[in-house]
Amino acid sequence: MKLLAEQVSKEFLRENRAKGTNSFFAVQETDFALEEGTLTVLMGRSGSGKSTLLNMLGGLSIPSSGRVLLDGNDLYALPDRERSHQRNRHFGMIPQGQTALQSLTVLENILLPYSLYGEEPDADRAEELMQLLDIGSLRDAKPAELSGGELRRTAIARALIRRPAVILADEPTGDLDDENTAAVFRLLKNAAGAGASVLVVTHENDAMQYADRLYRMHAGVLTAE
Amino acid sequence: MAKKISLPLRNLTGKPVRTAVLISLTALLTLTVLAGSIIVSSLRQGLHSLEARLGADIMVVPYEATTKSRLENIVLQGNTGYFYMENALYDKVAAREGVGQISAQLYLASASAGCCSVPVQIIGFDPETDFTITPWIKKSYGKPLADLDIVVGNDLNAFVGDTLTFYGVDCRVAAKLDKTGTSFDTAVFTNQNTIKALIRSSVDRKMNDFQKLDPDKVVSCILINPADGYSVEEVVNDINIHVKKVKAIRTKEMISGISESLSGVSDITVILIAAVWLLGIVILLLAFTMSVNERKREFAVLRVIGSSRGMLASVVLREALTIGVIGGIAGAALALLIVLPFNSLIETQLGLPFLLPAAGTLIALTVAALLIAVLVSALASALSAYRISRLDPAVILRGDQT
Ligand SMILES: Nc1ncnc2c1ncn2[C@@H]1O[C@H](COP(=O)(O)OP(=O)(O)OP(=O)(O)O)[C@@H](O)[C@H]1O
Ligand SMILES: [Mg+2]
Repeated sequence: MKLLAEQVSKEFLRENRAKGTNSFFAVQETDFALEEGTLTVLMGRSGSGKSTLLNMLGGLSIPSSGRVLLDGNDLYALPDRERSHQRNRHFGMIPQGQTALQSLTVLENILLPYSLYGEEPDADRAEELMQLLDIGSLRDAKPAELSGGELRRTAIARALIRRPAVILADEPTGDLDDENTAAVFRLLKNAAGAGASVLVVTHENDAMQYADRLYRMHAGVLTAE
Repeated sequence: MAKKISLPLRNLTGKPVRTAVLISLTALLTLTVLAGSIIVSSLRQGLHSLEARLGADIMVVPYEATTKSRLENIVLQGNTGYFYMENALYDKVAAREGVGQISAQLYLASASAGCCSVPVQIIGFDPETDFTITPWIKKSYGKPLADLDIVVGNDLNAFVGDTLTFYGVDCRVAAKLDKTGTSFDTAVFTNQNTIKALIRSSVDRKMNDFQKLDPDKVVSCILINPADGYSVEEVVNDINIHVKKVKAIRTKEMISGISESLSGVSDITVILIAAVWLLGIVILLLAFTMSVNERKREFAVLRVIGSSRGMLASVVLREALTIGVIGGIAGAALALLIVLPFNSLIETQLGLPFLLPAAGTLIALTVAALLIAVLVSALASALSAYRISRLDPAVILRGDQT
């Protein structure tokens, strides 16, 4: 599925004691396309607006202007219920930071996208992902017992479990070693190879070797390279 | 492999201590409201039943009986005792204007000594004129009471067909009355002939406080309802002014002491319940808010994975409802287990007429208490559910990246 952003921007209010409240654009008005079968890498300094753009693309954050189109359909024109269901079916999002549900095991966390809407989980896919990400032995462990990198890989497996058409990964390899970083990028590259539209926000320079397209963000302004 | 994961349940079992505390709290709330309302309604029932059993608006007794405050003890407290006045007084009272239904009763107390099976208050009524006891006995015993047949109160350890001996006279238990929650539960009822025989025998055995008593010539008390068009007040005053050596009393006045302490107990119960509830609801509200706040990030993750706003709210509400149902059932069961088996203990502790409501009412009270428990937990979590459904996942996931 093709994800298209038309003239999207995001404006935030920022409290400032000296100058009072004023607004600024975390993402300046920009067009952006995420094509099927490609892996797009987005780089940029901290605070440049990468996560903000990614959240708008994923239907989690309403743009201050512009539209986000999934195969031509305006994502934010849908009511919340449908937009959420779309996200469940077609999007695999890996947010920044730790995102495991504490009361569930690793395997249950990975299968969660299925159970939200009461669907039959794809156990083989879960098995395969856990092998590839080297967390097979942790299937029954609770998140509290895991390391940061293990939690991160659990989140990646959860995002990929439904073979989503759109993958939005926000620093997916932040706390991984080189070996696991390479494994994750291979996974994402394979997903793109299988037809997914993949966006990876990262600081890793190694990511360039997997990138079909490269963008840079600077103070809310997006530029293609 | 788990197919469908119930998030609310997993969240509850994942935090057993917090869940246990919340369930106990809901149970406590249900317990207080159910136990409290059963006690209050039992007291009301008791008073009601006492009023009904007294059955007459006016009671006329010999003047001496009132001075020793014996009367109230006998009628209300279940103490035993007796007093008498001449028959002639009955005729005088009956002749007064405004007297409608009128009937005399004879009292006797059985001794605890060897002559009698049990020490009880014996009340003899006149089947010809009686309007207070007969309607009530009829419920347990259809026929008129034969001589030497007795009807026993519900608390007495005697059963239909048993023989009880009073002052050497054998009496057959013809019927046992339903529980009234009043002192009548420990009394024995007979017709005039029987009680006269018993009184005679007690005098013969020199076991009566009144020697040379001729039961044919005395009565213990006279029960009166005013005739149509006359107020209780008028009749009471008329008798007190015109008939000497007796005292007419409004039965309402007699039990006003009881109604007062009853409303006192009710008030205290209501205040206690209110205090427990206020505290409980505040704690529940805080607990739900805290438990949801500390999981904000998890809820944001659920949004990322594809939960709608409504689904998040439903997770929170279902957690609360589960707690409400389990806590409610536990609390209601506890309340019934405490109040039902120990109701006679509560009765003696309170020293007030106490009659458990009928099964139907009990069930209704229990269901109401359960509903309240569920409703309160739903309400206590509603705010959290709403706030969680409004959260902005993008904002939540930015903060505190641990
Ligand atoms: N909800 C918000 N309210 C106010 N300001 C915000 C909000 N979200 C983001 N910002 C600001 O917008 C800018 C962009 O934030 P964003 O999270 O997109 O950065 P980023 O490029 O992902 O940075 P990092 O690499 O550190 O993750 C930052 O200056 C941030 O402080
Ligand atoms: Mg970011």
